[in-house]
Formats: sequence, structure tokens, C-alpha cells
Amino acid sequence: MSLLTIRNLTVRFATSTGSFTAVDGIDVHVDAREVLAIVGESGSGKSVSMLAVMGLLPDTATVTADEMTFDGRDMLTMSAAERRRLIGREITMIFQEPIASLNPSYTAGFQIEEVLRLNAGLSSREAKARALELFQAVGIPEPERRLKSYPHQMSGGQCQRVMIAMAIATKPRLLIADEPTTALDVTIQKQILDLLMTLQEEQGMGLILITHDMGVVAETADRVVVQYKGKRMEEADVLTLFEAPKHPYTRALLSALPENAVDGRLPTVSDFLIEEAPR
Amino acid sequence: MIVVEGESLTQDYVISAGMFGKPKMLRAVKGASFSVEQGKTLAIVGESGSGKSTLARIIALIDPASGGTLRIQGEPVAIGSGRVPPALRSKVQMVFQNPYGSLNPRQKIGDVLMEPLMLNTDMPASERHDRAEAMLKRVGLGPEHFNRYPHMFSGGQRQRIAIARAIMLNPALLVLDEPVSALDLSVQAQVLNLLGELQQEFGLTYVFISHDLSVVRFLADEVMVMNKGEVVEQGSREALFADPQHPYTRQLFAATPVTDIEAIRARVARRKARLAS
Repeated sequence: MSLLTIRNLTVRFATSTGSFTAVDGIDVHVDAREVLAIVGESGSGKSVSMLAVMGLLPDTATVTADEMTFDGRDMLTMSAAERRRLIGREITMIFQEPIASLNPSYTAGFQIEEVLRLNAGLSSREAKARALELFQAVGIPEPERRLKSYPHQMSGGQCQRVMIAMAIATKPRLLIADEPTTALDVTIQKQILDLLMTLQEEQGMGLILITHDMGVVAETADRVVVQYKGKRMEEADVLTLFEAPKHPYTRALLSALPENAVDGRLPTVSDFLIEEAPR
Repeated sequence: MIVVEGESLTQDYVISAGMFGKPKMLRAVKGASFSVEQGKTLAIVGESGSGKSTLARIIALIDPASGGTLRIQGEPVAIGSGRVPPALRSKVQMVFQNPYGSLNPRQKIGDVLMEPLMLNTDMPASERHDRAEAMLKRVGLGPEHFNRYPHMFSGGQRQRIAIARAIMLNPALLVLDEPVSALDLSVQAQVLNLLGELQQEFGLTYVFISHDLSVVRFLADEVMVMNKGEVVEQGSREALFADPQHPYTRQLFAATPVTDIEAIRARVARRKARLAS
């Protein structure tokens, strides 16, 4: 069953030199209980397309789509109030910079309790108890003490766990993770990915993972969408994508992995695609 | 010939010093010993807080070590007092992780490349200009880029410029601190290829700092694994990747994502089984 369906999503930004198309007619759908990876390099529009779903783009952006439905509800025509009930409750998101995503002036406990009071409708007392449970669920060591800690007193990995705790606080049906481990060390990355996958299976959420890292894709995804310069290049289940990539750009990305080097040299994208010359 | 050699190098930082009482010290590098032959690459691997960048700064003659001996081409160097002599500075150069931060935004690319020559040699201006242009071409840019500013370049192009600047003085040793970690995969491949070509062409010796084991496997001859300031394991790339000895090295290997088809097939099968039950 399709949870989120997007057809022909286009995002344009008004700039001083005219309009710039960041996302150019992308189709995305994710099923309940499915892990979808959207992979691409900088400028592929992978983050912008999901920010458009969340309504987090600045006013300079124009978002159009033929269809954008969540669980059968039309997100394009719904009222602002309806949308607010959806975003942050049924669809939540975590970001690349965990330390920057938290408010430095409030404790981690205050911030998660705020989510629980406003979005899950709990009383302060219930929120306190639930916050502790959530901190335990995401594996934060010394959860009682960490509830009283400020973001700067925690490591990047711990802050990302706090972000995940906040994101699953409302038992969302879809979690969007935008490069959740890019700023973290490899051993911490492994822990966070394992945590996301465990939570995804336990809670039966859909998970959209935005990443540039083919390794992360290989370790997590059910299905993969490859984007390049705002367009979708290829969509396949994870095994097919790695085993028999169809699009030249996907082949280029895979062969640019250092582990796939031939005779001490790495093939580059320009070996596969004929691109316009750099400015 | 051995280009760079370290003997139980240590680095201490004062983390708190009051007016009274003993200052608190942190030993960021706890005795690193290594030697690198000409034309070879030593990769230093570790996570944040491992001391790998601290060690890189010692080797690149930016910070003096608190203890131990550093030898460049057999000569012991002591940079604790005074300026690094130009002859020594031109032997050792460094490339940093962030190509956006390591170039002066108000300096044209041509001037970026000519400055090392101006400071360390008494070459006439016309020759400096010619050499800078030739170097631009060598790293895959053109003479039309000479008068442009850093913001007009992409991250990969900027890293090429930083590499060009580092080899302007024909150094013997290049210290590269995570030079490709800020770059996209396809650009990373181009820069890694460029580094390989330059090493062959100029007989450069590299000390390559990285957290990415797949990059290390691609270009290293020798590998040194650091954790919390300590060198936990070092050896040839073949030996280390074939049979890692230290538990921390094994932990790093286990955490690194694999893109191997069989591994993906096994993971997908495990997941299907879990979801079915």
C-alpha cells in the first residue's frame, strides 16, 4: 500500500538571474513499512524534494506537483490546519547536523517534552515519563542525566539519538532522514543506522533515507531512487541497482567507489556521461 | 630513501591552567613512530579525537611536537623556536579538508599559486606567472581560470587549486588531511586520480589522513590506525586489510558499509525473513 505518492514534483527558485529549477518532474512513492533511499550528489535535488513535502522551503521556492497524497489524503489541497496535524505527527524528519538541529538554549529534555505536549497531546507529567522512555528506546546512556543536558554537552551521535527520539515521539507513519549519518564517525554511523532500521521494523514506519553514500544505501534500503541534477535517473530495488544498474549515471556512481578501482584508477562520471564543459 | 620519519612523537595540550596548582594536560598523540619511503603513501586512519590531525600538523611543520623526533629527509627538524626556514618549508606542504575554508576569498587563483614562489624563492615575476599557469593546466584547469576568485569554483575545482598550491614549490612530502571527505563521490574519484598521477609524475611522498577505509585501501602503501591518541596498529596495506589484529581496527572494518552484492543479498534475505515472521 502506498503511503506517500508524489507525481511530477517540480521546485523552482526565484533568483536574481531568473528562475532555477532544482527539482524537475520527480515521481516518488513509498509504501508503509518500506525503506526508500533517495541517492544523489550535491545539486541533485534530493533534499529539496523532501523539504517540499515537509513545507520547509523558503518563500522564494515555487512547488508544483500533479499529485501529492499521504495515505490517500491530498496534501496539495488540504488546509493549513490539516497540514499542521500531518507534518510533525504523521510525517517527521531528521537532518544532517544533529547539533545544529537542536535549540542550544534549551535542554534536550525540554525540547522532546515540548514535542510530546504539542504534538502528542500529553500533559507535562506524562511527557516527562514518555521522554525518559524514548531516550531509553534510542539507546542514550544515562537517560535521566541527558534529559537535563544542553545540546553542546552531548556528542554528535548522542544529539542525533535525541533527534531520532523526537522524530519517533509521535509514532509517525513516515520518517524522512536527510543524510542522518554524514557528520558522524563510521562506528557511530553504524550504530545510528542500526537504530533507525530497528525502529523502522518495530514501529512499522515508512522510512525515506536521503543520502549520497552508496555504502549507506547498500546497508539499509529496500528500494532506491537515483537523482541527478533534479531529475530521476533510475529506480530499482536495492539488489537490482547494485547488480545490474541500468542508467549510465548509476553505473558511474557505483564505479566511482574506491573499492571498485581498476588498475589504480577510478572511472569518473565524465567517463560515462558527456557533460557540458565546466565554466 | 626515507623522506619522513617520526620517532615516538607526542603532543600535549594544556586543557586548563589556573593561577595556582598544576595545569591539566591532555596527551593528544601518545608516541607515534613511522617512516615513509619516497614515492610511497602512509595513510593515518582514525575517528574524531584519535589525534590523527594533530599528528598531521606536526608532520606538516605547523605545530612543534611536545616530545620525540621528526626527521625530514634524514635531518632532524626542530620548529619549536622561530620560523621554519624556506628551504625546509618548500620540502613539506599541506592540503586541508575544506577547500572552501583554505583559500582566501579575496585572492585570485593566479596569486594563490604564485604566492609560495614569491615568499620562498627569488624567481622573477614573469617566471612565477608561467609556472602558475603551467600548474593550473597540470591539475586540470585552464589559463582562463588565472584571474578568477575562489567562489567562482566548485568544491572539486577548489581542492585541485589547493593541491596545485601545495606542489608549486616541488615539495618532497605532501600532508593531506582528509582531502576528499568534503567532496561528492564522482568528484572524489577525480581528485584521487589526480593525486595518483601527481605522485607518479613528481615522485611525491604522501601522508594521507582519512577516516574512510575504502579510500585508504585504494591509495595507501602503509597504514597506521589511531584511536584516542594511540597508534593501535600499523603495517602494510595488504597485511592490515587481510588480517586486522587490533580489536579497534576490526571494529572499524565491521562498521564500514559494504557494497558487495553478496552482502546486500544476505541483508535483504535476513530482512525479508524478519518481516515475514
